[in-house]
Amino acid sequence: MYKTLLCLRYLRTRWIAMASIISVTLGVATMIVVNSVMAGFATEMRDRIHGILADLVLETHSLDGDLNAAERMREIDEVAGEYIEAMTATVEVYGMVSFKYRGQTITRPVTLIGISPHEKAAVSPLVANLVSFTNGRRLGWELVDEARGCQVTSVVAESPVAQAGIQGEDRIIACDGVPIESVEALRAQLKTVIRRPSLDLSILRDGQTLDLTVQIPKPDWELTATAHKHRQAVLEMERRRLEWNQPRDVIPAGGESSGGPDPGALPNFDRPLVAPPVNPQLPIVPEFDALDPPTPVASDPGAPLSGRIYIGAGLIEFPLVDRETGEIKIERMVLAGEDVRITTVSAGRPPEPRHFSATVIDVFKSGMSEYDSNLVFCNLEELQQRRGMVDPVTGERAITSIQIKLKDFDDAQTVIERLRATFPAHVYSIRTWQQKQGPLLAAVELETGILNILLFLIITVAGFGILAIFYMIVVEKTRDIGILKALGASSQGIMSIFLGYGLALGVVGSGVGVGLGLLFVSYINEIESGITWLLGRKVFDETIYYFPEIPTAVSLFTVSWVAFGAVLIAVLASILPARRAARLHPVEALRYE
Amino acid sequence: MSIPSSSQDIEQEAWAPASQVAASNVRPTVETATTSRLSCVALEKSYRKGQHIIPVLRGLEIDVRPGEFLSIVGQSGSGKSTLLHVLGLLDAPSVGEVHLDGERIDNLSVHKRDALRNGDFGFIFQFYHLLPELTLLENVVAPLMIRHSTWSWWRQKRKVHDMAGEIIEKVGLAHRLKHRPSELSGGEMQRAAIARALVGRPRILFADEPTGNLDSNTGLEIMALLNNLNELEGLTIIMVTHDDAIARQAHRMVQLSEGRVETLSEAA
Repeated sequence: MYKTLLCLRYLRTRWIAMASIISVTLGVATMIVVNSVMAGFATEMRDRIHGILADLVLETHSLDGDLNAAERMREIDEVAGEYIEAMTATVEVYGMVSFKYRGQTITRPVTLIGISPHEKAAVSPLVANLVSFTNGRRLGWELVDEARGCQVTSVVAESPVAQAGIQGEDRIIACDGVPIESVEALRAQLKTVIRRPSLDLSILRDGQTLDLTVQIPKPDWELTATAHKHRQAVLEMERRRLEWNQPRDVIPAGGESSGGPDPGALPNFDRPLVAPPVNPQLPIVPEFDALDPPTPVASDPGAPLSGRIYIGAGLIEFPLVDRETGEIKIERMVLAGEDVRITTVSAGRPPEPRHFSATVIDVFKSGMSEYDSNLVFCNLEELQQRRGMVDPVTGERAITSIQIKLKDFDDAQTVIERLRATFPAHVYSIRTWQQKQGPLLAAVELETGILNILLFLIITVAGFGILAIFYMIVVEKTRDIGILKALGASSQGIMSIFLGYGLALGVVGSGVGVGLGLLFVSYINEIESGITWLLGRKVFDETIYYFPEIPTAVSLFTVSWVAFGAVLIAVLASILPARRAARLHPVEALRYE
Repeated sequence: MSIPSSSQDIEQEAWAPASQVAASNVRPTVETATTSRLSCVALEKSYRKGQHIIPVLRGLEIDVRPGEFLSIVGQSGSGKSTLLHVLGLLDAPSVGEVHLDGERIDNLSVHKRDALRNGDFGFIFQFYHLLPELTLLENVVAPLMIRHSTWSWWRQKRKVHDMAGEIIEKVGLAHRLKHRPSELSGGEMQRAAIARALVGRPRILFADEPTGNLDSNTGLEIMALLNNLNELEGLTIIMVTHDDAIARQAHRMVQLSEGRVETLSEAA
């Protein structure tokens, strides 16, 4: 009994011992923060990589590809069909994308991936990465912030929201049960639910609340209404530019041919704008067209070209510091609806350069800068056509890889083994997405491991601090120990006072540490912006890291291990002082002053 | 210190030097063991300091009768405190034996010696030796806390506290139960220490200079308390002191010199 009592009394009266466990507390808190952030990074990265790559990828080593896609897929289905949920044939090839931005021609090396959006969406959550989906444009509404929430201003006819019954003047008050107070909040919510087939909206119309379900459309190669409008405007501007650039005296003009404008005179702004004889199907980047005339498409002047792409956000965006306000905003060099030039190589020998124009249908933003600044998804048929991957006789189309989604990723190894038995290794490589991104994931794991070792060393150092301070306390309490022994306390009893004391300190220290750590983790982004404000410099730069905000993932397993380890170290550190206390001779201890 | 000549015979009989006892076939030891509560035989104690061995007790034989108030006097370094520690099982003798009710106790297991100190012996010290973190009440019940496990302590807490309260009242400190030792005067602390020594219902009380740190008036109060306990409750008390006046209040007085019994005197 006296053990417990004395433990508690020593805890209450010896604040210096509390100081000794502050280092334990800090160590535990740091370990929890670091582990949570690293785990958050890893999880988020895995999610994103997994979101782009399918579970399994079967690739040909050759860029020429395999001519018989249908046959290959049938074979895969035969070998491992019971494990497979979906698969899609793609063409992956290196290339370049170039576009005009403020008078410059910008060219970027890219990986071109030919996909069929429907099929690709079945193997990985493509819509979650397409900007027009995540910002809601694809759903076909225009939204503005109003004092009391998120207001719909207009609805595109036959768009998903129009079909759901949403009208202009409606106010969105909740999305999938989460109350919505601003456009920003709605977008944030959309990002998390866009993978689902539909979303539930609560709207306010004429003072009444209505619940509607919006079907989320499948990704396709069509422009959104906004992008379409933008394209028309750009085409119109281009047309006018061409017109203005024509020599004035060449312009056929009814009765005004008498002399024409003076060479130094200003252009005649009163002259009515007459549509020039410009081919509406010409791409917006005219200087390339002499080399490679685009494929004719429908008569709609705003219709996109036959080559259509989702372009990685990192290829067309850069952060721009506003000179006046000092704020950083994202400058987009190309918007959806504009045209870019794609350069790639043809299949066959020798590989020859191939150019074609393509319309940007959507911007692809996964948050993994490695992908966002490298990937361009193109419509599969166009890419096959342009690269000469279509057999002129049979019409068979070649592919370079097949992406496979498994019903259960745990079966990956079985499926790989079966596929390897069927497909020769010198033609095909078969890998999981983890193996494809192995070095990156392994690097994160290694970093986490090393950081854990270092931080645990810190806690061990704290353990030595506890040892020293406990030793001091034992020396200070020598007389008391003598008294207790004189009164009949056993050596084990004395030892357990100090072990219990160490245990109590360890529990308090790691408990507070766990609390602090978890608190820090849950407010890490607020803390980050606070520090950014304080230092005036961005601590967590999303252009360097992969993520817009610091991702965290708290693992109960890790937290309990860290806490347990810290308590163990505190107890171990108190063993030596406790033994000393237990071995004190009562007479000598009593004589001690 | 003057010793009445009449007591010389008694001294010769009961306090014969160890060598003589050994020579006479250890018979006196056997005899005394049957009649006395605590005794020691041929007690020697020495400390080792590096190469040197420093003898403190050089062959002692003391026999404490039940209900007796015995005082041990001597100069500093005469070994009186060491004798008390050895008798109270705080220290082990180098040579010789300590007996309680005829049974040898100095070679018992650590656990049994702890139990004896806790249950049969009570200690008071010159510097009171109260635990500064605990209140007076907690200090007094400390031996019982040591005796009981946490579980049985909680079950018997009320009973124990009532008993402790009685004893504290007896030593006159009932109004200071919740005070820390630092808030008590020297006399009060010593009375608290006496209460702590009594709470385990000991058979023998060991007092090491109980008045040494107190002014004479307070010292007399403490002595009155001890005398009271001895006379009214028949508690055996062994007291070490260097003050003759205090020592003479005891039934018998042992004078130590250089680790040997110099004189033994029966008090008036």
